[in-house]
Amino acid sequence: MDIYRSHVIICGGTGCTSSNSDKIEEKMINNIKDKNLDKEVKVVRTGCFGLCEAGPIVVVYPEGAFYSHVKLKDVDEIVNEHLLKGRIVKRLLYKEAFSEGKLKSVNEIDFYKKQRRLVLDNCGVINPEDIDEYIAYDGYMALGKVLTEMKPLDVINEIKKSGLRGRGGGGFLTGRKWELTYNANSDIKYILCNADEGDPGAFMDRSILEGDPHAVIEAMAIAAYAVGANKGFVYIRAEYPIAVRRLQIAIDQAKEKGLLGENIFETDFNFDLEIRLGAGAFVCGEETALISSIEGERGMPNNKPPYPSDKGLWNKSSLINNVETFANIPKIILKGSDWFKEIGTEESPGTKVFALGGKIKNTGLVEIPMGTTLREVIYDIGGGIPNNKEFKAVQTGGPSGGYLTADLIETPIDFESLSTFGSMMGSGGMIIMDEDNCMVDMARFFLDFTVDESCGKCTPCREGTKRMLEILEKITKGNGELEDLDNLESLANTIKQASLCGLGQTAPNPVLSTLKHFREEYKAHVIDKTCPTGTCKDLLSFYITDECKGCTKCSKACPVDAIEGEVKQKHIIDRDKCIKCGECVSQCPFDAIIKK
Amino acid sequence: MVNVIINGHKMNVPKDYTILKACDDLGIHIPTLCHDERIDPHAACRLCIVEIEGMDELPTSCSTKVKDGMKIKTHSNRVRKARKDILSLIVANHPLDCIMCDNSGNCKLQEYCYEYGISEVEFKGEKKNYKTDYSNPFYYSDQNKCINCGKCVRICNELQCVGAIGFNERGFKTHIGAPFDMELNESECVSCGNCVSVCPVGALMPKIKERIRYEELKEVRTTCPYCGVGCQMDLLVLDGKIVDVKPADGPSNENLLCVKGRFGFKFLDHPDRLKKPLIKRDGKFVETSWEEAYKIIAKNIKKIKNENGPDAFAGFSSARCSTEENYLFQKLFRAALGTNNVDHCARL
Amino acid sequence: MTNSIKEIEGTDLMFVTGSNTTENHPVIATKMRRAIKKGAKLIVADPRKIELADDADVFLQIRPGTNTALFNGLMHVIIKEGLEDKNYIENRCENYEALKELVKDYTPEKVAEICNINSKDLIKAAKLYAKANKASIFYAMGITQHTTGTYSVMAIANLANLCGNIGIESGGVNPLRGQNNVQGACDMGALPNVYPGYQKVEDSEVNKKFEKAWESKLSDKVGLTIPEMLDSADNGDVRFLYVMGENPMISDPDTNHVEKVLNETEFLVVQDIFLTETAELADVVLPAAAFAEKDGTFTNTERRIQRIRKAIDAPGEAKPDWLIIMEIMNSIGYDKKYNNPAEVMEEIASVTPQYGGISYDRLALKVDGLGLQWPCPTNTHQGTKYLHKGNHARGKGLFLPHDHSDSKELPDKEFPLIMTNGRVLYHYHTRSMTGRVKGLNEKAPESYIEVNPSTASKLNIVNNEKVKVISRRGEIKTKVKITDIVAPNVVFIPFHYKEGSANVLTNPALDKIAKIPEYKSCTVRIEKL
Repeated sequence: MDIYRSHVIICGGTGCTSSNSDKIEEKMINNIKDKNLDKEVKVVRTGCFGLCEAGPIVVVYPEGAFYSHVKLKDVDEIVNEHLLKGRIVKRLLYKEAFSEGKLKSVNEIDFYKKQRRLVLDNCGVINPEDIDEYIAYDGYMALGKVLTEMKPLDVINEIKKSGLRGRGGGGFLTGRKWELTYNANSDIKYILCNADEGDPGAFMDRSILEGDPHAVIEAMAIAAYAVGANKGFVYIRAEYPIAVRRLQIAIDQAKEKGLLGENIFETDFNFDLEIRLGAGAFVCGEETALISSIEGERGMPNNKPPYPSDKGLWNKSSLINNVETFANIPKIILKGSDWFKEIGTEESPGTKVFALGGKIKNTGLVEIPMGTTLREVIYDIGGGIPNNKEFKAVQTGGPSGGYLTADLIETPIDFESLSTFGSMMGSGGMIIMDEDNCMVDMARFFLDFTVDESCGKCTPCREGTKRMLEILEKITKGNGELEDLDNLESLANTIKQASLCGLGQTAPNPVLSTLKHFREEYKAHVIDKTCPTGTCKDLLSFYITDECKGCTKCSKACPVDAIEGEVKQKHIIDRDKCIKCGECVSQCPFDAIIKK
Repeated sequence: MVNVIINGHKMNVPKDYTILKACDDLGIHIPTLCHDERIDPHAACRLCIVEIEGMDELPTSCSTKVKDGMKIKTHSNRVRKARKDILSLIVANHPLDCIMCDNSGNCKLQEYCYEYGISEVEFKGEKKNYKTDYSNPFYYSDQNKCINCGKCVRICNELQCVGAIGFNERGFKTHIGAPFDMELNESECVSCGNCVSVCPVGALMPKIKERIRYEELKEVRTTCPYCGVGCQMDLLVLDGKIVDVKPADGPSNENLLCVKGRFGFKFLDHPDRLKKPLIKRDGKFVETSWEEAYKIIAKNIKKIKNENGPDAFAGFSSARCSTEENYLFQKLFRAALGTNNVDHCARL
Repeated sequence: MTNSIKEIEGTDLMFVTGSNTTENHPVIATKMRRAIKKGAKLIVADPRKIELADDADVFLQIRPGTNTALFNGLMHVIIKEGLEDKNYIENRCENYEALKELVKDYTPEKVAEICNINSKDLIKAAKLYAKANKASIFYAMGITQHTTGTYSVMAIANLANLCGNIGIESGGVNPLRGQNNVQGACDMGALPNVYPGYQKVEDSEVNKKFEKAWESKLSDKVGLTIPEMLDSADNGDVRFLYVMGENPMISDPDTNHVEKVLNETEFLVVQDIFLTETAELADVVLPAAAFAEKDGTFTNTERRIQRIRKAIDAPGEAKPDWLIIMEIMNSIGYDKKYNNPAEVMEEIASVTPQYGGISYDRLALKVDGLGLQWPCPTNTHQGTKYLHKGNHARGKGLFLPHDHSDSKELPDKEFPLIMTNGRVLYHYHTRSMTGRVKGLNEKAPESYIEVNPSTASKLNIVNNEKVKVISRRGEIKTKVKITDIVAPNVVFIPFHYKEGSANVLTNPALDKIAKIPEYKSCTVRIEKL
């Protein structure tokens, strides 16, 4: 193996790639070649670093210089200064990475300090398109261990003992699921990986597949050995082209190396893996719908029982775990369940990856030990709320989840705590809201999503969520009545109890949760016909206060000529004409236009 | 057999039964719009939900099997409230023109709304607005009346195995149709009408000229007169006229029919039907009485028998007629005329 | 059928041959497709690429009239591969050596040549059939309506016996009967050689029994089959023809000949519900009641006797056929009277062993309403689901091997195309009923001829073009339907229609044993108009 004096790590996650990290890589390689440095410097394109806010990210080792917001034109400088002359380009360093004249290593940066990167540990470190790099980081050792040293039941017991719970949302004990599949009486069994990540803003599974695809492949092979399967499918949405491509490369490489296929590790264990592309229907993340979709049928859920472990794909016993769950498996096998249990809490051992979004400084992907508090995530890791706004609530669990309000900021994040306070772990979306977010509108937003994504099979979800949405729209338009709130709650409860699958059963959660925590805000919409945060346009009116100096900027800016007034006289808005676009507000130099 | 407690009563039921089937056997009526015994539970209409002690949600009785010790409530307030909400949701997206609906009186939705006291439209909002598809000669599809129970789709796919129709679009826009919403008459549909027969509302209806109310019709069980499968069916009779046919649960057809059995009965009251005996005079038929016809036949028989003996007679019996009639026909030739010259179209 | 329709869902393999089941027995076809969904295998052998061929594991598009060769070829492969059921043959069958000897020559290559198929497909089909645990064979007129029809039926039975598939549930040999009560008509001896219950007219014991039961002197001379009756009428031996509920003017081969004969017959009585093409030629026409206007029973293809019930009155003065026949009998001095069909069934039960246990009481809806499958010899017998259980009805299963022989007409320069015919989904037989249902006519309005695209381009004809189709017996005009359902040298015409009637063209040559005309294979040429 060649020895290099420097490694340039470039983030190849979807976020950074969309900010040209692929072109940066190309230019970097060319420049290095031009300078005849290609024998000394190696460029590695990795998976996601997590700190997407700072992307595109380039890290140069051995110094550990953490460059952020790197642009194509910066490549010359990095090559000429840093790689050729050994001078770190300070202006490109991530703001925290250089303080008191010293370079901080990546792990010392606040964003990473409180994280515990277990499933993401290879992301941002190895080249996911090179199986040798994975192997160099102990890859496929767990599979080797399982096949040569452990009996299937030993594997299942180890997973059971670890207390690992499904990371897809439900939090069902993974070892128990494996055991049920093991015990199922079926001539053929399948291992299915649910990579149909659908929550708005969530991208942990995508990042794992982009950054460390072999971990998932290895885990699926381990699972197959444990439950007695020889065939697996990864169901992944076609909207994840990078993940699909890297996973396919990884599968091909694993096959070439004999880590998939027949007689793996020269045992009589065979396992073959295929990718199945989904068309992006949210409901296909529901396991029975996912199975229907793989079968080529319309992606509609079926009633459970029978559970997939009993009758799954093509009516054969099938084990379904999601990407993040699988990514934990090789670690648990290698380091043991005791090691795993030391991380996190007793009921929720291990870590959880969250996609931080919304009103937070460090948007991106974070992996924290279970039990970390919301405050730690939002303030210590996430860097707090931008623009000194006040934290209002955090939404977890995506469209199926609920809200935790500011007074619950010390809540530890684990399965139990979140559900105690009316939310849920979900697949790991975490959306932060500040004082400007209207909670009625947020509920409407999530419901709009579920109405759109309902498969239409069962009555409560198909008809009920639509009616709930209509009521919410009525409220945000200022036509709500007080009894609408009770109707909404009553209908929400029926949908929750009577829907066929998880989508319908949880679709009312954002509404129920906001109704519970922010009923006053609803009442303001219904009784006072105002939106306290000024989000619901139909409820706003623009007024010009006495601060107006009559500069006429607003009336010139108004696209519909709704503002009248003489120069140096107070102007007036004609509310019949006003389309509430807010252009006048942004033009006024005196903050004389308010909306209320 | 397992022990369950249904509505406070201890019951002993077979262990592979669903709650719905167990209740059905015990005479406990649970409403359902999407269930069909012949196919796997669909669990979509959600009307058959029940309360099971220890469960948060309300599971569907059509898909949940009984378990020893299960405590089930089929009509608790919680269940009734949820059923009412579900019916209200369906009604909110269903035309309320029952007065003019062809299926009034035969409609499950109407029946359950009455049972659960749905008297007004609780949720007002967007309603379906599809064009009725009249393209097929035998039935029409009014998707505005469809409640998406999916029975038609599943019958077409799983029993008829034609797969002409499916669910189009999704969510609130879900509706039933041929692929790409092409007209049904252009689709793979073989017009068997088995979807029509299972539609619980008035969405898939036979095209019937007569104005009928199903409750007024007399049903007569019979055997289909077409091919040799022997499908059982019920003729629906109004004022001495057959107006519709319903498949019945015969051993060979299990509630299925084909297009001929289901829709091919209109020849019965066709004006071409023969109503009087005819005799040919000078190359033209004239009506005559039975006595006269018999007399002419008997006269000819006598004459020919005297002149040529019994083997001058020959008869074509019929695979279309009843067994009794075939028996008598051959008996006529053998016992009354004395010849074995009798055959029928078994070979054709 | 040796077996029952309901058993289809439990079968491991279906071999469908000479039956376009989806169009002719649609409800049975649904069961077949359900069996496929459950994992059953399907072999289809047919000159046309029928709908079921799409679902088939092996589809053999054979040349019309080569069925016997095909079955012999399948048996050749099975025996060569050692896949025959040796125990079954040993214990339950006889004459096996003769079969073995005969099929020895039917190598896959030779059979592939005769049938115009791929020998690999033949081998695959043979192995599939032989290896299936419960294999069932379904056939219809595509097998029987050939001059070699009887031999083909025997070959099918040979094949089923060879693999031990007779006398087992979900197996068997299952002819699908095309008409509602063709089974009942046969059971009742509406055949020239047997009394009710297939009791032979030549058997003097039988004869005595019926003479006693019917109180009349009976003939022990086998009578005439329909084609023979027509020939006899042609030469004047038969002077009186009584046609009940049939329409030979459309359904019989060589229509021109039929028309000539019926016109010349001295006295023709036709009894029907409509003035059919045949009735037009009658001297006396008697108006009959239709199925919904009378009581009675039909016996279906699985030998199940089921009730029909009067739902409405017959129009005008029309009467049920049973009553008309009885009144004619009475008018010529045979005085037996019946008050209703139930009384006729009582008499049937008394003279027909298979129907011994049948009565209207037992067929009543309130009892079970499901009918009874004969043999049902006594009034406590529950009927018979499948035949030959444990033992063949005759004792041992008899192998009756026969060589393939060609159809009577083979393509030549003058008539280069092989014509076959059949039904379509929307019509029934001669259309006297379905032709009077508006929607069915909309769906299938007129006659057509299916022509392979390559043949069409050779003849320079296009879709929907009207052409002349000519055989040695006559010519018709019909519309072209270009489709690869048929092979290049084969054409197909549905036989329902009066205009463009297929039976103007068909060959009346008979199978020597069953006297079935060779409807399914004759030669024609197509001419542009």
